Amino acid sequence: MALAQQTSPHARRARPTSNLMLWVMLATLPGLLAQTIFFGWGNLINVIWCIALALGAEAAMLRLRGRPIAFFLKDNTAALTGLLLGLSLPPLAPWWVSAVAVLAAIILAKQLYGGLGSNPFNPAMVGYALVLISFPVAMTTTWAEPALIWQSAPSLLETLNIIVSGQQSTIDAFTMATPLDQYKHNISAQTSTEVLQHPTFGEGVARGWEWVNAGFLLGGIWLLFMRIITWNIPVSVLGGLAAMSVVFGTNADLYTPLSIHLLAGATMLGAFFIATDPVSAATSHQGKLIYGAGIGVLVYLIRTWGAYPDAVAFAVLLMNFAVPFIDYYTPPRTYGHHKARRGIPGRNQG
Amino acid sequence: MTQLWDFSGGIHPAENKYLSTTRPIETPTLPERLVLPLQQHIGAPAEACVSVGERVLKGQPIAKVTGAFGVPVHAPTSGNIEAISMQPVPHPSGMSDWCITLIPDGQEEWAERDPMTDYRSLTREAVLQRIRESGIAGLGGAGFPTDVKLRPPKDRKVNTLILNGAECEPYITADDMAMRERADEIVTGLRIMAWILRPERCIVAIEDNKPEAVAAIRKATEGTQTEVVVIPTKYPSGGEKQLIQILTGMEVPSGGIPADIGVMCQNTGTAIAVSRAVLHGEPLISRITTVTGRALSNPGTFDVLLGTPVEHLLTQAGLESEALRRLILGGPMMGYTLETPSVPVVKTTNCVIAATGQELPTPPPEQPCIRCGMCAEACPMELLPQQLFWHSKAGEHEKAEHLNLFDCIECGICSYVCPSSIPLVQYYRAAKGEIRVQRAEHLKADRARERFEARQARLEREQQEKEDRRKERARAAAEAQARNQAEAEDAGPESPAADNRAAKSALVEQALARKKAKASQPAAPAVSPESKGESKVETTEQAPDIDALEKQLSQATAKLNTMQSMLEDARAENADNVEKLERAVAKNHDRVKRAEKALAEARN
Repeated sequence: MALAQQTSPHARRARPTSNLMLWVMLATLPGLLAQTIFFGWGNLINVIWCIALALGAEAAMLRLRGRPIAFFLKDNTAALTGLLLGLSLPPLAPWWVSAVAVLAAIILAKQLYGGLGSNPFNPAMVGYALVLISFPVAMTTTWAEPALIWQSAPSLLETLNIIVSGQQSTIDAFTMATPLDQYKHNISAQTSTEVLQHPTFGEGVARGWEWVNAGFLLGGIWLLFMRIITWNIPVSVLGGLAAMSVVFGTNADLYTPLSIHLLAGATMLGAFFIATDPVSAATSHQGKLIYGAGIGVLVYLIRTWGAYPDAVAFAVLLMNFAVPFIDYYTPPRTYGHHKARRGIPGRNQG
Repeated sequence: MTQLWDFSGGIHPAENKYLSTTRPIETPTLPERLVLPLQQHIGAPAEACVSVGERVLKGQPIAKVTGAFGVPVHAPTSGNIEAISMQPVPHPSGMSDWCITLIPDGQEEWAERDPMTDYRSLTREAVLQRIRESGIAGLGGAGFPTDVKLRPPKDRKVNTLILNGAECEPYITADDMAMRERADEIVTGLRIMAWILRPERCIVAIEDNKPEAVAAIRKATEGTQTEVVVIPTKYPSGGEKQLIQILTGMEVPSGGIPADIGVMCQNTGTAIAVSRAVLHGEPLISRITTVTGRALSNPGTFDVLLGTPVEHLLTQAGLESEALRRLILGGPMMGYTLETPSVPVVKTTNCVIAATGQELPTPPPEQPCIRCGMCAEACPMELLPQQLFWHSKAGEHEKAEHLNLFDCIECGICSYVCPSSIPLVQYYRAAKGEIRVQRAEHLKADRARERFEARQARLEREQQEKEDRRKERARAAAEAQARNQAEAEDAGPESPAADNRAAKSALVEQALARKKAKASQPAAPAVSPESKGESKVETTEQAPDIDALEKQLSQATAKLNTMQSMLEDARAENADNVEKLERAVAKNHDRVKRAEKALAEARN
């Protein structure tokens, strides 16, 4: 009789990390589907390319660091980072732009900090921010024109050719700026009605983009329902953004309206899939609310007064910086204590 | 209808209670030998009061305790003492301890019993004494001596007495079955405890997954003031702190006891033991234990004699040895694994689980923490388990303590929900252990330093006294000489011999007095302030001592004042260290009194 010697608890019913990550990846499918339908094959190709490269980079780094490769690859976190980059990069971005983003995410932001669980910054957003700063032209001009794949969008092979060759001239026919960019740059000279006549806006909100955001919202709500993420961060991100928009921008002739803030750009992807990355987010309930609200406010500030049209990556990274500080001052009140113990452990704490 | 509160966190693990509730409570056959550990609970171990070879009767005390914190051990049946030796005992570490081995003779011959049928006519102290002599320790799991628990601190009044029938751990059905079948005894035990404590409210709390138990207890409490409260099923609602929060909305202060907020919890099994001890004069010699798990063909609930080896119980429950992978004492959330099934059932053994490999599979290897926060979501104490984990792992004990490591009740929920399969509770246990060891070493070092300082002070004082005596002698000799000379000059030549004699006898007397003083000195301990004062008063002049004592008094008063102001500040801030400061103030108060007394004595 070989009796197992183990410590309590003997019963466990946890969804393993690999499982959680897989669910998150599956939850992006509605958004990915909407991207593919409305903006062509670009994001789908990006996603596959980014995941493959992320897995390759992760495996290579694990080997260099002398860690078990299969054990860590199976946790699906590298694949998720690749997936998120594939979803957020411009659909027609040249292959080497996404490669730089993925390699920076996995090598610099994740493995050099000690791998899974040790990275202070969201790896996907580090990669995104890096290419946004390094290749501003490619990152702002390779957004696909909203066109249904069965209508005027480039075919799969055409898209592949654009991504692989990375030739700007070929893609001019299919690309345009994002709705946030359009609005921001045109509102200074035009009225809101005039701005909204541009083909990127469709019926008053961003054409195609609203469906993409709705897809990510749907996936996000499913993650909430599955209890894979908690409500705190998505709600506070959207709340922070909405609050700023209401306070500063009720006049659509001066500021981007709330509907475009919420339904264009990476808002829903950011709120439900990127800001909720547990490794780099705040921990306690209160802390998560502060962290999320900070992202929402920063997204608004950068979109409105910053140099970049979309701001999720910078907002998330800036709030990642603040996480240790937030965590330090937002511990929950433990049962049986009068108040939460904050700050540095000192003497006379009884 | 009693208002119910919720506690934060908690989980709903698979209950698996149906395995052992299909049949009524059974009595297993008498085993070949009973092994009775001298320590079966928290507190001091008992001392064997029988000798090897002696025949003992059922219920006869075989080990007694001298200290207040401990309970005696009784013979569960009549038979002969085979040995008093080291045997493996139920303990997470698999250690051995002193045990009395009893070979039953099968005659079940009772020792004399002394029922207290009309306990209300007796003093409460007599009933408490009976509870203590009957060897009753809490049967819930921790095993705190029940009579000690039933004597809350003098300044605390127990308003609410809670009988804990929640039994939230999966698998365990001992309390459930006891409530179904022995509701009357449970209610009688509760009433005895209520008579001792005189609370305003008596509550029996039962989780809503035990409808039969609820019905039975409802029936038994009909016509009494006792409330039967059905609480939602959620682990760990049977934890004392969580149960109090559910029923009263109050929280037990950190580091405090439930009596601090006027509450006391007792286990249903303890109530049965109290009822039997008082009404029938039967000591605690058996307990109801669940024997369950899928490696058994016949799991059930048994009324087991203490000392029965676990393997005997497993045989009774139809063990399929080849299927057994893990043997757990207690529940699957907080119990511990056994290395050998030969350990005995003790007062705190509420469940034995013989689990198969599929039932409780080996956990997957530990992965890195991804800070998902599920542990914090589920923690019933509202701790930050992942921060505690990092600090514990890194050996940053101060930070872990700052995050209230010692408030962790080790319920195991954080490990249960961890997607990275990190054995979090194990890290906390290890950290707590290390901190305790460090504290003990610190205390030891402090004591050594105090001893050293006391020794230095004593040596210096002795040196000083020696010097004083030398000076005194020199002075006396000089005086005597001067007197001699003066008298010789005054009286002329006729009486120098007589005077010399007088001077000599005076010197001898002085020497004798000194010797006496010296002899009396070592008898008085040098450290306590009173004796220090007295011995000095005897040997040397009074003036410098009064100065020293005055200094001592003023120092003590100053310290008392500082502590008092600190306490007021702490009270104003509602800080956590109020209690500590209160104790410190009391201590300093005593010190000032002692100093005053010593000074007064010295002045007289």
